Amino acid sequence: MAFAPINKNYHDFFVVRDKDACINCQVCVRQCSYGVHYWDEARQCVRHDNTKCIGCHRCEAYCPTQALLIQEKPSNFKPNALWRPVFIKNVYKQADSGGVLLAGMGSPVDIPVYWDKLLLDASQVTNPSIDPLREPMELRTYLGSKPTRLEFETTPEGPRLKTPTKPNIKLNIPIMFSAMSFGSINFNLHVAMARAATEVGTYYNTGEGGLHESLYKYGPNTIVQVASGRFGVHSDYLNAGAAIEIKIGQGAKPGIGGHLPGEKINAMVSETRMVPLGSDAISPAPHHDIYSIEDLHQLIYALKEASDYKKPVSVKIAAVHNVAAIASGVVRAGADIVAIDGMRGGTGAAPAMIRDNVGIPIELALASVDQRLRDEGIRNDASVVVAGGTRCSADVIKAIALGADAVYIATAALLAVGCTLCARCYTGKCPWGIATNDPYLAKRQNPDIAAKKMANLMKAWAHEIEEMLGGMGLNSIESLRGNRDKLRAVGLSQSEMDILGVKPAGR
Amino acid sequence: MKAPFRYYDFQKDISGCGVFGVINTKRELIPGDMPIKAMCTMHDRGNGLGGGFAAYGIYPDMADKYAFHIMCDTQDGLDRAEEIIKSFFTVHESQPIPTKRTPVIKNPPIVWRYFLTPKQGVDRPQWRSLEEQDFVVNVIMEINSKTPAFVFSSGRNMGAFKGIGFPEDIAEFFRLDEYSAYIWTGHNRFPTNTPGQWHGAHPFTLLDWSVVHNGEISSYGINMRYLCEHDYKCTLMTDTEVVAYELDMLVRKHGLSLQMASKVFAPPFWDEIDRMPEAEKKVYETLRMVYGSALLNGPFAILVSDGTCLMGLNDRIKLRPLIVAEHGNNVYMSSEESSIREVDRVLDNVWAPKAGEPVIVKLEE
Repeated sequence: MAFAPINKNYHDFFVVRDKDACINCQVCVRQCSYGVHYWDEARQCVRHDNTKCIGCHRCEAYCPTQALLIQEKPSNFKPNALWRPVFIKNVYKQADSGGVLLAGMGSPVDIPVYWDKLLLDASQVTNPSIDPLREPMELRTYLGSKPTRLEFETTPEGPRLKTPTKPNIKLNIPIMFSAMSFGSINFNLHVAMARAATEVGTYYNTGEGGLHESLYKYGPNTIVQVASGRFGVHSDYLNAGAAIEIKIGQGAKPGIGGHLPGEKINAMVSETRMVPLGSDAISPAPHHDIYSIEDLHQLIYALKEASDYKKPVSVKIAAVHNVAAIASGVVRAGADIVAIDGMRGGTGAAPAMIRDNVGIPIELALASVDQRLRDEGIRNDASVVVAGGTRCSADVIKAIALGADAVYIATAALLAVGCTLCARCYTGKCPWGIATNDPYLAKRQNPDIAAKKMANLMKAWAHEIEEMLGGMGLNSIESLRGNRDKLRAVGLSQSEMDILGVKPAGR
Repeated sequence: MKAPFRYYDFQKDISGCGVFGVINTKRELIPGDMPIKAMCTMHDRGNGLGGGFAAYGIYPDMADKYAFHIMCDTQDGLDRAEEIIKSFFTVHESQPIPTKRTPVIKNPPIVWRYFLTPKQGVDRPQWRSLEEQDFVVNVIMEINSKTPAFVFSSGRNMGAFKGIGFPEDIAEFFRLDEYSAYIWTGHNRFPTNTPGQWHGAHPFTLLDWSVVHNGEISSYGINMRYLCEHDYKCTLMTDTEVVAYELDMLVRKHGLSLQMASKVFAPPFWDEIDRMPEAEKKVYETLRMVYGSALLNGPFAILVSDGTCLMGLNDRIKLRPLIVAEHGNNVYMSSEESSIREVDRVLDNVWAPKAGEPVIVKLEE
């Protein structure tokens, strides 16, 4: 076809079908929600259209005879260090559509991953390493505001606490499931996160889409979110969870709001979000009642009033250039927890330009926020939770050593239930049944199995954290928190090390 | 306070050690020979790169004056320290600390002592409204961070004596057999890295507090940052320094009992706390939540004194030895039972305290 548009030619993937192995069972046809595979009536066999393939690997995984292989299309543009293929293809797409480039999941761009440049310590001779299988190893973490000092009074029964305390939430593992709204992912996965969080003794965050009433029973392990759209926010909702989070920004798209298309608003989503069936749910870029820090102060206290001062209030901000000063303001405005979301954090949908170019990596943001709060003597006033690109337990433990109290994970939780990071969450056609509300696709996620997998992931990481902690000669997570002496840097500049507060390896 | 520039770039001393302490609860004076002999027994716990003693009750005639022991390699540095001292304090006595030349102690620094009372109110160049002890601490920090001199002892009616060498050599150098005290602690050091500096030896002291310590505090990185938040600048890069500063903060500034402070250092495990009655549970849960950054993690056995008591404490899983023994009015605490038996053959009672459980022996009123 000589007149085929250029972007038809430069698609990303192609399907290799082993004709000998293929039994024309059409499993691939049923599994692919993008219409790559189809039944060719004339030839009486399964055929495919490479241009539609988004590389999710669903067909490959489900092919009973292993006849399928999904590969990156080897056909290359002429090498060009400036005009890399992604930029060329984007221009083709925008010339066709005239629209903003959409993207899903975390940014794949090649900015430094500081986790990979930080190395952990271990004990040798001068202090013994501790074996978590034989000795206690404590990961318990409390999030919330703590007094700077305590007063006790002596009674015949022993010391009694005099200092009043504020509400904190207790985590058995310093990892939580980050905010993914009901609507952006489907109900089955919300059930799964709620159950997994309950099983391992941690929390999941509802995201901005409200909380379906049937999930209120998992409230003790739920953080309810209040975002600029205020979807599903009402008194019962605020009191249903263990903590309340105000979402100011998201690492994948700092400075902009969200948009859940009307197609995704089915009856259940509509009821939970309190928006009309089929209408778009748009979260504005700012909260329209927060135009400055003093307005945030008011919202924090409005939520505390609404929940009778019984729940810690978290404020989630995106990691941007002045994040340390912003976080300091947020703490002074009364937040009990500051959640910082780095630029590699995931999203259901974000403009690609914003996702890939706005914000800073979480490691640097975390290091400067933790140091700033300490310099100002307000570190005990709030806990610091970080999100955005945590891939493994070593990333978690490095985050804690830099100063985080706990880590939010979301992408890893989705990977645990089968996501392959094809990054097309915004289409609503997720073949793995995750980022879709299409009942045909959503039922691919069995909440029981998904809960098990998510809980397994948490437990596996907890075991690894215990091993690494014991190896460093520590038996309690609070002795690692902010203990940057347990980290060394490889291949970083002096100014990066100054920001991270970490010595070079070898020193 | 704001963390100093490149606060993270320090070289910390790592060392194994031997510790010994004795207290006479009736304030009967114990001659220096006894702790020296006990430390000699544990000669092999050190490698000659650090030894020291703290003694309480040695300056009865100057009991109400702050006794500053200062060391410096150069006279010029000492003069600079003296200038600061004179601007903040009234000097009652200024004299060299009596020493003896010995063949094994090479190139000792100049050691000097002052008996001081702090100036009050407008006579002070700065920190005019500060409470007396905070004021003294600030001046110590000023000298230690801004001059080459080090204040290595600053309490009242007490003194620390330390340096590079085996404890018996240091004792000979400082002529400790000529002193008598009702509380003694001693320390023998086995550093594994640099030869060490005189001021890096133990005991570490601040005001009346003295600490000797066997162990490596693996939580040092966060203890030090936590102390910085509370205006303590760690300048000596030893584990023991953080113990002393934390004690000062917890007991003197925050008003916790020594018992409670020891529970900050070595708190009960969460599963123990979970089994406690509600009110007690609240106490320890909150203590850990608030003071988690002050937890001393890693192996340690420490002996602490504030001039009114002697406390021995192990880490939560007892990774370093500590033995306690009693005889009459004397209570001994040591890394090795042999050192106690060497100085007192007849003991009423000998036991190894449980992990994380403080032994606090108070002077009688």
